[in-house]
Amino acid sequence: MSPEVKPDFLISPEGLRIDGRRPDELRPIELKVGVLKQANGSASIRQGKTYIIAGVYGPRELHPRHLTINDRAYLRVVYRMATFSVPDRKRPAPSRREREISMVIANSLKPALFLEEYPKAVVDVFIQVIQADGGTRCAAINAASLALADAGIPMRCLVPAVAVGKADGKLLVDLGDEEDKYGQGDVPMAILPTTDEITLLQQDGFFKREELVEAMQMGINSCKYLHELQKDALKRVYAKKPSDGEDEEYEDDLETDLGDAEIAGDE
Amino acid sequence: MAVYFQKREVVVPGQLLAEGRYRTSDGTYDEGGKIYSSLMGLAELKGNTVRVVALDGTYIPKEGDLVIGTIKIVAGNNWKIDIGGPYGASLHANNALRRPYSDDISEYMDIGDVVSAEISAFDRQSGPFLSMRERGLEVLEGGMILEVSPAKIPRIIGRSGSMINMINDHLRIDSVVGQNGRIWIKSPDVARVRLAIKAFRMIETQAHTSNLTDRISKMLAEEVAKLVDSEPSEEPRTEIKTVDEEEPALAPETEVSEVIEPKPEVEPKAESEPQPEAADEIEEVVEDKPEPEVSTDGKNESDDKPETEEVNK
Repeated sequence: MSPEVKPDFLISPEGLRIDGRRPDELRPIELKVGVLKQANGSASIRQGKTYIIAGVYGPRELHPRHLTINDRAYLRVVYRMATFSVPDRKRPAPSRREREISMVIANSLKPALFLEEYPKAVVDVFIQVIQADGGTRCAAINAASLALADAGIPMRCLVPAVAVGKADGKLLVDLGDEEDKYGQGDVPMAILPTTDEITLLQQDGFFKREELVEAMQMGINSCKYLHELQKDALKRVYAKKPSDGEDEEYEDDLETDLGDAEIAGDE
Repeated sequence: MAVYFQKREVVVPGQLLAEGRYRTSDGTYDEGGKIYSSLMGLAELKGNTVRVVALDGTYIPKEGDLVIGTIKIVAGNNWKIDIGGPYGASLHANNALRRPYSDDISEYMDIGDVVSAEISAFDRQSGPFLSMRERGLEVLEGGMILEVSPAKIPRIIGRSGSMINMINDHLRIDSVVGQNGRIWIKSPDVARVRLAIKAFRMIETQAHTSNLTDRISKMLAEEVAKLVDSEPSEEPRTEIKTVDEEEPALAPETEVSEVIEPKPEVEPKAESEPQPEAADEIEEVVEDKPEPEVSTDGKNESDDKPETEEVNK
């Protein structure tokens, strides 16, 4: 992966991409929930060679205090790339690009969260890119929304995200690094699958109007598929634990339990 | 008019739960007459109310909750108390002491003291306020504090306190369970504390499974039996154990020369250095210093008296 050479073609004569995918095919994706012990919620995503870990802390007390918002929680997203995540060593100081992507990710997650339930508090989302191979901001959103759900933050729905791009005049879903670098454009997008709202839509490069519309449609379809993967990943965490003896008397009836909890104090 | 989940199904945020004349409750939201989950948790239908019981989450205060907090600041006639979660609580001296009290309220409770208290008020505008007026709310002396996920506390208490009472009875320990995910444990010896921690951790990881009380009870009964066995006559028991288990692994001479050393069991009276695995669990050890006159509710210095009644009734 050292000296970069521009590939001769991004789309082979057979119509396949550089890594053998069809234009509307995602890279193999592996989602894991609960990968960090210390975080309140965490998730990792492996999408092709891209590997990202997201950790969520909170809701907790916000410092510095002047950032507090009185009617809802502050969502603080920090996206960082490891120095070894790209072929040339990334300088460890936070870069302009990292700050921008942090903001973009925060903006795309915010509409999904019920932050008003925790006034004055903060929800911290830390995203660490371990290995970057294109599509990191979208992969980061996928992982971050899983981590938020794992942390028990109330949310409207999970947020799947994917990038659609153009290379050699063809629209492609989920760009790899080379397609991103040598292609003609890139449209990252994130949606709320329950309502089909779009929470992230960026574009670089040139697209005709029809192309953009088609690209967005491809993106939405891929996001729907990703959403299924996300749901599976979340449910898997609890599915593998033994839940024997059907439901006979599952004595934890929260309503009663919460009422009874008080006896611990008074009486 | 339909329900789209099974009883106690694990649901994820955004999952459609019901449609039609159903009402939302904790962990759900309504959008265009459809009810969706807003949490990852177990879905439940009660009457026509849909709710999702969270599997995780930080502590959000609720009026009437019993909590365990640590005093962080003494400010005038208020104590600022850390109760975990995003919101710090405050306790006014009027709600903790009997009048008249001295101007310097740190005489009664000082920074670092651990107290059990009740949330007397909390809303979006003003942070949680505590009260120690109820019976049984007091400074907790001695013992240790174990932190668990607040979402699992109802399970740890069990229906009408069945779970916690069972644990207290088995181990003969004192404990106070705060809704904020802190459990105060006081026990005569370290071995029982370890067992208690083991039990609580087990509940935490298996909270979403059924028949938990029985399993915990069985586990504790076995462990306590082992403990009691080894207590009166350690020597013979140890020898049997060493022969049973260590013989294939150890060279014969080791076995003869040192029988006691490789014993895997924890001695009940080994109070001294904390074992590494235990140190990991113990978040905070409450200092065992005598507090002169903390009379929150007329019960002074109840160190030697069993305090289980707080929890038991």
